[in-house]
Amino acid sequence: MWEYTDKVREYFNNPRNVGDIEDADGVGEVGSLACGDALRLTFKVDDEGRITEAKFQTFGCASAIASSSALTELIIGKTLEEAEKITNKDIVEFLGGLPQQKMHCSVMGQEALRAAIANYRGEKLPKEDSEIVCECFGITENEIEEAIRQNELTTLEQITDYTKAGGGCESCHERIEAILERILQEDGKRKPSQEAAARRPLTNVQKIKLVEQTLERDIKPELAKDGGGIELVDIVGDRVLVSLTGTCATCMASQITLKDYVENKLREMVSDALVVEEVQG
Amino acid sequence: MKLIYVDNNATTMVAPEVMAEMKPYFSELYGNPSSMHFFGGQVQRKIRQARERVAALIGAEPGEIIFTSCGTESDNTAIMSALEVNPTKDHLITTRVEHPAVKNVAAHLKRKGYSVTELPVDREGMISLEAVREAIMPNTALISIMWANNETGVLFPVEEIAELAKSRGVLFHTDAVQAAGKVPINLAASSIDMLSLSGHKLHGPKGIGVLYVRKGTPFAPFLIGGHQEGGRRGGTENVPAIVGLGKACELAAQRLPVEVERMRALRDKLEKGLLESIPHSLVNGHPEQRLPNTLSISFEYVEGESILLKLSDKGICASSGSACTSGSLEPSHVLRAMGVPFTAAHGSIRFSLSIYNSEEEMDYILEVMPPIIEQLRSISPFWKGGLTARSCTAS
Repeated sequence: MWEYTDKVREYFNNPRNVGDIEDADGVGEVGSLACGDALRLTFKVDDEGRITEAKFQTFGCASAIASSSALTELIIGKTLEEAEKITNKDIVEFLGGLPQQKMHCSVMGQEALRAAIANYRGEKLPKEDSEIVCECFGITENEIEEAIRQNELTTLEQITDYTKAGGGCESCHERIEAILERILQEDGKRKPSQEAAARRPLTNVQKIKLVEQTLERDIKPELAKDGGGIELVDIVGDRVLVSLTGTCATCMASQITLKDYVENKLREMVSDALVVEEVQG
Repeated sequence: MKLIYVDNNATTMVAPEVMAEMKPYFSELYGNPSSMHFFGGQVQRKIRQARERVAALIGAEPGEIIFTSCGTESDNTAIMSALEVNPTKDHLITTRVEHPAVKNVAAHLKRKGYSVTELPVDREGMISLEAVREAIMPNTALISIMWANNETGVLFPVEEIAELAKSRGVLFHTDAVQAAGKVPINLAASSIDMLSLSGHKLHGPKGIGVLYVRKGTPFAPFLIGGHQEGGRRGGTENVPAIVGLGKACELAAQRLPVEVERMRALRDKLEKGLLESIPHSLVNGHPEQRLPNTLSISFEYVEGESILLKLSDKGICASSGSACTSGSLEPSHVLRAMGVPFTAAHGSIRFSLSIYNSEEEMDYILEVMPPIIEQLRSISPFWKGGLTARSCTAS
């Protein structure tokens, strides 16, 4: 069972501002039945641009209902400029916290608010011009980027918790990780040399591709400088079986080359678990 | 607050008689059954009695019973054993609606290069015998199909499938964790090669399971160690749990005809009452071929976790196949495999009864459920007085 705060339970059991404003000035709809949660936010704005009334309708779990209700409480009485500064963090804070896996409920609140403000102003949302990354939940690159930056996310699991992206068929995991890596590097939070350590476990196909790439791009040119060479024979689990060619094949120090250079390079670029072994090619 | 426990497919209460019989084996009767002295000997005799009681419940011989730590271990053992004794065969047949104890083993084997056929189910959660027949290939090592589905209670024709498997020279295993104690099982009259069951699903303790292996079935142990269980499962026996399971099986055998029918009547009352009092509700699973204690019912346009929390506040413990309950983001693989639309899959609740439930409890659930659903629907953007408010992407 989820550990919900008393405030989450209170706002779930006695939600404030339930309903639909018929002649609303702003309407925001996010989510769907297929996704398992959906929120419709409506609000009224007075002549001074202040939100005077807000109502919500939510299909979803306790976190989704509580987050939606909290959102309406947060925005009533605020100007649109003030309201658009509200993020999912404010919703979580208002509720005294949410389980990590339920963070996407607070993000849904933030997105509904953005959509309703855009609707009021007759603007398009930035996400509408962004490419969909997760087909299962219709999550765009823009949404993923924003969630990473706003919540300082550093792992794929966190991105799924906050946005749902990657929580279905998982075929978008590689793309999400690439987005995460790019943003972390752009924001100076990760150096390229940390890439290998940050990687998730590789599939066999990914491992083979990366080993081949590293051999071709980094290792072979270095060995060729001394007239040597290396060929990939096979990959069995984490064992990389290679045969040495050219001057490396007869070099007395070939084992040092294999361990100190080839193995270290492959561990750096592919996986810390790799062990390089020489076999007769 | 009164506790109304209707989540018995998750786990069951340990029967008082079971608890009483287990107790001495936690304290004064602590001998190791493998010991040569009289102190271990009396424990060994008690284990023998438990083995006989388990065998009697499922129509097996005591020598065909292997004690394990749980249903999951039994399932794993059955599958891994079948592959090990058939080194030239690399194909496994199962279904899309298995418990993770089989489903995830199959997925793991697939990643390791084995070929896996996951048979589909129809809208009522039933598999087709013809599909099983067509799936069998010369390299099929094992067919593993559950006896009863844990979410819907749908009963699969495992005895017929076992016959089919036998005629094609393929081993057959069934995960009977949900079926044991709720439906009659007579393995002597069937061709089932291996069967799994679990103590805590039939009012026994947690941490004890059984793998039945038909005499003469080639077998390779999963847990390799000492001579326990005739060398088929290493590790010192969990004596109190084995004793408890033995007693639980004895009780289940006594209660099967009468008590189970009473439980079915309660389940039927609950089902009928909910369908009549709550519009846009539907039962998931085959109308007849279903466990007598299980009701999987969906309430459209509301979400399962919300319903569960509201029920929990009333002292009612049930479960849901909704995404939000599990920590996954998608509704239950069982309901999706059945083609249950999203409008209903996210709002599914499973009530699973035991012989300890009463008619008063069913009346109470029937009293509190309609207002809960009504309140949650009043919040839902998809609900307007029985009509969907707007279109959605539900399949």
